[in-house]
Amino acid sequence: MYKQYIELYGQTADTICGHSCSVMNARRNEALERLAKAQENIAPATDGPMSENIPLPVGKTFGPEKYAHTDIDALLAPDYGLNLNRLKLDVNPYDVFHCDVPNMSTLLYFLVNDQYYDNPRDNSQSLPEGVFVGGMLEFAARFPEVAAKYYDKLASEHEDGVIALNTVLAQDGFVLYVPENIKVEKPIQLINVLQGDVPFMVNRRLMVIIENGAQAKLLVCDHNLSPAQFLATQVTEVFVGENAFFDIYELEENSVYTNRIASTLIRQAAHSNVMSNGITLTNGVTRNNYYVKLEGEGAETHVSGMAIADGDQHVDNYSFIEHAAPYCVSNELFKYVLNEGARGSFAGRILVREGAVKTEAYQSNKNLCMTDEARMWTRPELEIYCDDVKCSHGATVGQLDQQAIFYMRARGVTEKEAKMLMMFAFMADVIEQVRLEPLKDRLRQLVEKRFRGDLAKCRGCTDCGSL
Amino acid sequence: MLLEIKDLHASIGDKEILKGINLTIKPGEVHAIMGPNGAGKSTLSSVLAGNPAFTVTKGEALFNGKDLLKMSPEERSWEGMFLGFQYPVEIPGVSMVNFMRAAVNEHRKYKGEEPMSASDFLKLMREKRAVVELDNKLANRSVNEGFSGGEKKRNEIFQMAMLEPKLSILDETDSGLDIDALRVVSEGVNKLKSQDNATIVITHYQRLLDYIRPEFIHVLYKGRIVKSGGPELALELEERGYDWIREEND
Ligand SMILES: Nc1ncnc2c1ncn2[C@@H]1O[C@H](COP(=O)(O)OP(=O)(O)OP(=O)(O)O)[C@@H](O)[C@H]1O
Ligand SMILES: [Mg+2]
Repeated sequence: MYKQYIELYGQTADTICGHSCSVMNARRNEALERLAKAQENIAPATDGPMSENIPLPVGKTFGPEKYAHTDIDALLAPDYGLNLNRLKLDVNPYDVFHCDVPNMSTLLYFLVNDQYYDNPRDNSQSLPEGVFVGGMLEFAARFPEVAAKYYDKLASEHEDGVIALNTVLAQDGFVLYVPENIKVEKPIQLINVLQGDVPFMVNRRLMVIIENGAQAKLLVCDHNLSPAQFLATQVTEVFVGENAFFDIYELEENSVYTNRIASTLIRQAAHSNVMSNGITLTNGVTRNNYYVKLEGEGAETHVSGMAIADGDQHVDNYSFIEHAAPYCVSNELFKYVLNEGARGSFAGRILVREGAVKTEAYQSNKNLCMTDEARMWTRPELEIYCDDVKCSHGATVGQLDQQAIFYMRARGVTEKEAKMLMMFAFMADVIEQVRLEPLKDRLRQLVEKRFRGDLAKCRGCTDCGSL
Repeated sequence: MLLEIKDLHASIGDKEILKGINLTIKPGEVHAIMGPNGAGKSTLSSVLAGNPAFTVTKGEALFNGKDLLKMSPEERSWEGMFLGFQYPVEIPGVSMVNFMRAAVNEHRKYKGEEPMSASDFLKLMREKRAVVELDNKLANRSVNEGFSGGEKKRNEIFQMAMLEPKLSILDETDSGLDIDALRVVSEGVNKLKSQDNATIVITHYQRLLDYIRPEFIHVLYKGRIVKSGGPELALELEERGYDWIREEND
C-alpha cells in the first residue's frame, strides 16, 4: 500500500524537491527508508484480539501505532491526484469564508489544500515582535537554523508509515514560532481548506515551536469545500519549552468524502502546560494520533477530544502519553456519541518510565451508542515501570438513561429534544476543557447544531471563524 | 369529565400489575389513593403518564374526552397531565433552566403560542419558585442532581406550578419532607388548586391529607381499587392499617 507512493517519489523527487525547501528536502531520504520499512512490516490480514467476530474493516497494518480499527490500506489505495507542481488554486479563502468580520479576534491563516495561502492581509502588526506565523517555505528562509533544528525531530522517531509518507511528500506547511518569554495574546487560527474535483491527496505539515516561558493558542479548523474524495495526511510537530503554555484545538467539519490521518506529536519540557482538544463533527474516515512526550519535570498535559458521528462516519483516536520525567500530570478525556451506523475507536496508551516518580496519569473514555448498529471499540493500555504513581483509567459504552428521557417527556419535552439535551450534557465536560472563552461558546453552538442535524453543510467561518 | 379509567390492565414484562382499574375524576376534585407497598399505585401513575416501560393490555382511559392511551408522554403533558414522581430522576448536565424552558416552550407551541422571551421566562421561574420556596441555587443546578430527598419533592411541585396542569398526580410527594417542607408543599398544591383542575395524591400518611383535604379516598390493593369512600376512610386506615383490607380481599 505504501508501494505506489514510494514509486511516485522515485519518479517525481525532482519536482517535489524543486517546489519545496532544503529543510524539508533534507529529511526525505531518511523518511523514505522508514516508509520502505513500514511497507515490509505490513502484516498479513489477521484479526486483532479486539476484532473477533466483528465484520467490519480491519486494517492490515499493525505497528506500534496499531491501526486496528481503521482500514488504512483502503484509504491509501485510490489513485489520488497530487499537486506536486504547486499550481496555485484559484481560490480566495477570504471570499469563501466571509471572514472579514471587523471585530474578529483571531489571526487568520489558511492552508489551501496543502499549500500555504499567501496572506494579502498582513497579520504581523498584531503579533509581538519576533513571533513568526506563516508558511513553512518562508520560515525556512528566514530562520534556517531554527527550522533545521526542529523539522522532523519528532516525526522521525516514529515507525508509523503514514507519518513517514507525509515527510516524503509534504512540500509546504504552516509554522507558529514564539521565541522565549513572549506571550501571543490573540488566538491564531489556521483553516485547512480543501478543494478539488477529482480524488485528491494533500499532505499537510505543521510545526509549532513555543520556546521557554512563551505562550500561544492555536485553533485549526478543517473545512472541505467540495464533494470530491480527499485523503488528508497531517503531521503536526509541537515543541513546548520550559514553563511555556500552549493550547491546540482542532475542529473537523469535512464532507463525508474526506478522510483524514493526522498525527500530533508533542514534546514538553519542564513545567510546561499543554492542552490539546480534537473535535470531529463531520467527516468520512478520521484517524487522529496524539503522541505526547513529557520530558521535563512537572510538565502538565491535557489531551481531550470528542466525536459526534452518524451515517457511515468513522472516528478513530489513538493516544500515547509518555511520562519520562518525575512530577508530570496527564489528563485524558475522550467522548463519542455515535448514531446510526457510525463507528468509533479509542485506544489510549500511557507509559510511565522508570524514575518518573509522582506521575499522575488519568484517562477517561465515555461513549454513547444511540443505535444497535453503532459500534465503539475502546482500549486503555497502561505500562508502568515506576512505583509511587497515581494512574487511573475508565471506559464506558452505554445508552441514554431511559428514565431520564421519560422524566423529561412527562414534562412535555419531546423525545427528540430530551435526547438532545442529554447528548449535549454528555459532551459538556469536553467543551469545558477549552481554555478560550469565545471558542467555548462557539463550540457549544456548533455541537448543538450538529446534534440537531443543522450542520449537514459546512458554513465555513460564519460558524467558527468569527470568534 | 376530566379522566375516565375503565378496566385498565397493565403489565411489565409478563407480570400483570394493574388488574382492572376503574376511576373517574371531575374538574375541581381532589382524590387520594392509598394502599400497601407494592399495590400498584406508582404503576398506575406511570401508566397514566405514558411510561413506555409498561404495557397496557386491556381497558381504556379518556382524558378530556380524548384517548389517553394513544398519546405519547409529551402529548399527555401538553394536554394537561402532570406526574410528580415518587423518585424524581437526576439528569446530570441538563440544567433546570434549560429543561424547564424546553418544557414551557413545547407547551406553548402546542397551544399555538410563540416561545417565551428569556426575560419573561426568568420572571416566570422566579414567581413559581416562590410558590414552593425553592432556592434559586437549586434552579440553577442540573435537574435534581445532588438535591436532597425533600428538595427533589419541592422541585416536583415547582415544575407543576410552571406547567399549570389540569390533572396532577402526586406520587408520595410528602415522603421525605420535613414538617415545614410538608406545609410549604401542601400550601403550594392548595394554591394551585382551582375549579378547572384536579389532583390525585398518592400517600401513606394522614398528615398530608390534613392539609390537602381530598373529598375522595381510594384503596388500591393488588392492582385493583378495592374500596372507595370519603375522608373518613383515610382515618379508618390510619387507625386500623391494611389487615382488614387484606382479609376482605384475599
Ligand atoms: N420495573 C419493574 N419491573 C418489575 N416489577 C416492577 C417494576 N416496577 C414495579 N414493579 C412491581 O410492580 C408492583 C407494583 O409496584 P408499584 O411501584 O406500583 O407499587 P406502589 O403501590 O407504588 O408501592 P409503594 O407504596 O411502595 O410505592 C410491585 O410488585 C413491583 O415490584
Ligand atoms: Mg409507589
